[in-house]
Amino acid sequence: MREEVNRFSADSLKLDAGAEIERIGAFIRDGVFTQLRRKGLVIGLSGGIDSSTVAALAVHALGADRVIGIFMPESDSSDDSLRLGQLLGKKLGIRTFKEDISGILKGVECYRRRDEAIKEVVPEYHAGYKSKLVLSSLDSSAFRISYVVVQSPEGVQTKMRLTADAFLALVAATNFKQRTRKMLEYYYADRYLYAVAGTPNRLEYDQGFFVKNGDGAADVKPIAHLYKTQVYQLAAYLGVPAEIQGRLPTTDTYSLEQSQEEFYFSLPYDKMDMCLFGKNHGLAPSEVAPAVGLSDQQVARVYKDIDAKRQAARYLHAPPALVEKVSEM
Amino acid sequence: MASIEAEVRQYLVENLLFGRNEVELSGDTSFLESGIIDSTGVLELVQFLEEKFQVKVEDEDLIPANLDSVNALTRFVENKYEASEKIGG
Repeated sequence: MREEVNRFSADSLKLDAGAEIERIGAFIRDGVFTQLRRKGLVIGLSGGIDSSTVAALAVHALGADRVIGIFMPESDSSDDSLRLGQLLGKKLGIRTFKEDISGILKGVECYRRRDEAIKEVVPEYHAGYKSKLVLSSLDSSAFRISYVVVQSPEGVQTKMRLTADAFLALVAATNFKQRTRKMLEYYYADRYLYAVAGTPNRLEYDQGFFVKNGDGAADVKPIAHLYKTQVYQLAAYLGVPAEIQGRLPTTDTYSLEQSQEEFYFSLPYDKMDMCLFGKNHGLAPSEVAPAVGLSDQQVARVYKDIDAKRQAARYLHAPPALVEKVSEM
Repeated sequence: MASIEAEVRQYLVENLLFGRNEVELSGDTSFLESGIIDSTGVLELVQFLEEKFQVKVEDEDLIPANLDSVNALTRFVENKYEASEKIGG
């Protein structure tokens, strides 16, 4: 065991991609056809690695004629999201639909509510500005706190700490985006008697990086057990377009470009993967630190942050509470 | 007027423990390690301190040594008061 621990490296997360794809394929067929009795899978395509890999896995498992991809851009989406989603849809040969959700989001006043939340801490902010949410770094022992970064039409950026009220209002408003997308995915699922695939990877699933009843809602989650580096491995094996494999993971939720690490994880995904894997396998921070190029203290802080996020994610994972179990169901 | 410590305790019980008195909250209980506060809770706590005690919490103040226990919070507010008295006086 000691020998194995001493060899801990990025290679520790490597898997047999071919075998894993077959295992997931059997799971998808059993889940969709046998358990759920549905004819196929609907997947929201963001042009990112996770949804692209899930779509490719679904095609491998069910065939292209049983997979529907939905593109759901809105005013703040990067143009790349639609372009890369369409690239993938064409490559896989699946049926696709485009639904611009900006109108729905305007209808529920998502943008107005977001702008008012930001104005609480940046009074000069107006609709001509761009914005994003960022988290303080892990470089010190300070608490991890959310900041809003705004960019004026002239290109001047300002970073302000959010109050609790403004933070909650901002997140509640932007969560309309994920929930609207899920609503449309279920429209297509109902329309064609399909099931909905969720696309969280293990990091996101474990750490609560999803919106409850938004992107967290699904009938099957084929990659929730896989570390993100393993998702990339499957993507390469399945022939997901290189441009999608090379794209930096983003949230595509805010109008200023925002990486997942500045929003949530504070470490690049490959390092986050290794820390989570090390923690899950009982490795001490000192055993993980050399492989990820961080100090023992930094890895210890990442471990604490993982625990804190797990605590916060309990609410997100919790099914509705019942007074008593309804045993007939 | 209630002491700073009493005000802080009342806030914690009402807003983080939701009235549950059975959770032991000694002066040195770490909020983070005992799981009674998360990152949103830290923001709420900062907002409470600024509004209740009229102190300015700077970014560099956001460390466990200042905010992670009843004793730390009480000391933090007292120090802020002392500092402002010195400036004012």
